[in-house]
Amino acid sequence: MNKLKRQFLAGPYLVWIIGFILLPIIMILYYALTNQTGEATLSNILAIGTPIHSKALFLSLKLAFLCTAICLVLSYPLAMILSNIRKKHQNLIVFIFILPMWMNFMLRILAWKMLLSNNGVINSVLETLGIPPLDILNTPTAVVFCMVYDFLPFMILPIYNSMARIGKDIIEAAKDLGAGSVTIFFKIILPLTISGVVSGIIMVFVPALTSFAISDLLGGGKVLLIGNVIEQAFMQEYNWNLGSGLSIVLMVFVIASMALMSAHDKEGGGAGVW
Amino acid sequence: MVKKSAERIYLGLIFLFLYLPIAVLIVLSFNNSKSRVVWGGFTLKWYQQLFHNNTIKAAFTTTIFITVISALLATLLGTLAALGIHAMKAKKQAIMLGATNIPLLNADIVTGLSMMLLFVRFTKLGMSTVLIAHITFNIPYVILNVLPKLRQCSQNTYEAALDLGATPFYAFRKIIWPQIRPGVFSGALMAMTMSLDDFSVTYFTKGAGINTLSTMIYTEMRKGIIPEMYALSTILFFIALILLLVMNFGSSRKDKLAKERIG
Repeated sequence: MNKLKRQFLAGPYLVWIIGFILLPIIMILYYALTNQTGEATLSNILAIGTPIHSKALFLSLKLAFLCTAICLVLSYPLAMILSNIRKKHQNLIVFIFILPMWMNFMLRILAWKMLLSNNGVINSVLETLGIPPLDILNTPTAVVFCMVYDFLPFMILPIYNSMARIGKDIIEAAKDLGAGSVTIFFKIILPLTISGVVSGIIMVFVPALTSFAISDLLGGGKVLLIGNVIEQAFMQEYNWNLGSGLSIVLMVFVIASMALMSAHDKEGGGAGVW
Repeated sequence: MVKKSAERIYLGLIFLFLYLPIAVLIVLSFNNSKSRVVWGGFTLKWYQQLFHNNTIKAAFTTTIFITVISALLATLLGTLAALGIHAMKAKKQAIMLGATNIPLLNADIVTGLSMMLLFVRFTKLGMSTVLIAHITFNIPYVILNVLPKLRQCSQNTYEAALDLGATPFYAFRKIIWPQIRPGVFSGALMAMTMSLDDFSVTYFTKGAGINTLSTMIYTEMRKGIIPEMYALSTILFFIALILLLVMNFGSSRKDKLAKERIG
């Protein structure tokens, strides 16, 4: 088969792209830019300016930043430790740290609800120790806890992968030439793992910014994120135009955050990103 | 020495953070009391109730069906697409890969909602719409796993086979396929993982009365927690554990065999 003919193998996929990737985006843009009677309007997009919507957006951004920062701080040392473990045990230990990711997403939320609830496990432990109970279920703190739990593996894996690729001989050479461990970290390890860090940040920040299930189930209706506002606009108020408009705003934030991060990734190691 | 034990403690703490919630669910699944803290003795009744709960059973079957069928179709479409994209010139490749990145990078909620808007215009939401949605977000994982393998293949061997009279299909089967097979399998596996764990896209594209495990648990949790869920968590955790162990163990044994053959 020559090259020209072989290109036709991508034909079915091209049809799929047009039908199920591009067309849905056109649909959501259409709904975002029209009102319920079908007239063109920008009000659905400008609706982000109303206090309730902008408050939800700011809270989402705040929690997503917090979650990403915590994941990064927890994962980076972990990846360093994991990459230094003897090869024999390495697979097993990495396996241990990704196994929880294979539990159903909803059941992981359920587990945190159990742990954090007022008569839950954490509080009964605190009670026996004589410490006043925590009242964090139905607060943004509970949502951040669960987000970190859910998305931590997405940060661990890319950083670990980039860390494992660093040749031990480079570090040996640096040591031979008299570099201390601080110099080695800042001159070798950090620059060589930046692309992993960037992919990790994107892989945690985007789902944290856009999730609605965690805040819905652990926020007790009190933590309203932009994802919840959009979900409610569609499923409860049946205002698809407003929901679409807010979705477009959310998409802009997602794209902006990825563009911002990718700009810092000079070697373009995050191959999948743009 | 101090550094070593500090490292151990750190690993231990993260381990605790990751596994404590799961351990709590497992313990509660054997607890003969509806309360969350009081231990009321050992029981298997939640497991018995689980196996008689038709909602959960139906959701389980639907989940397996959607996961397997969508991963299979996505693998087929994605592998063909990768072969086609590989043969394209740089500019066309960039366009195709750009489009492939959209479902990967877009927020799940937007992917789900935009598809719902399309589906309700032309048809009713149901099992098929969930399948289409899952195939759509699965294909990119297949392409991104197969394409690098194709780029490593040498074009010369394939052309030599054709020169020696092999039909294109025979040459593909004997030369290209063995080289891209690991990529196809890891792509299929990733597709399955994504399908299995998806909540948002399913939630918006499913019709009434159809539930995967994720959407079923979501609905149940909003009503209140039933202890059968703990039993379900325990079972799912051990299925995941066994599957991952088999995959890890299986692949490392194969590696060893391959090494022995070379040596």
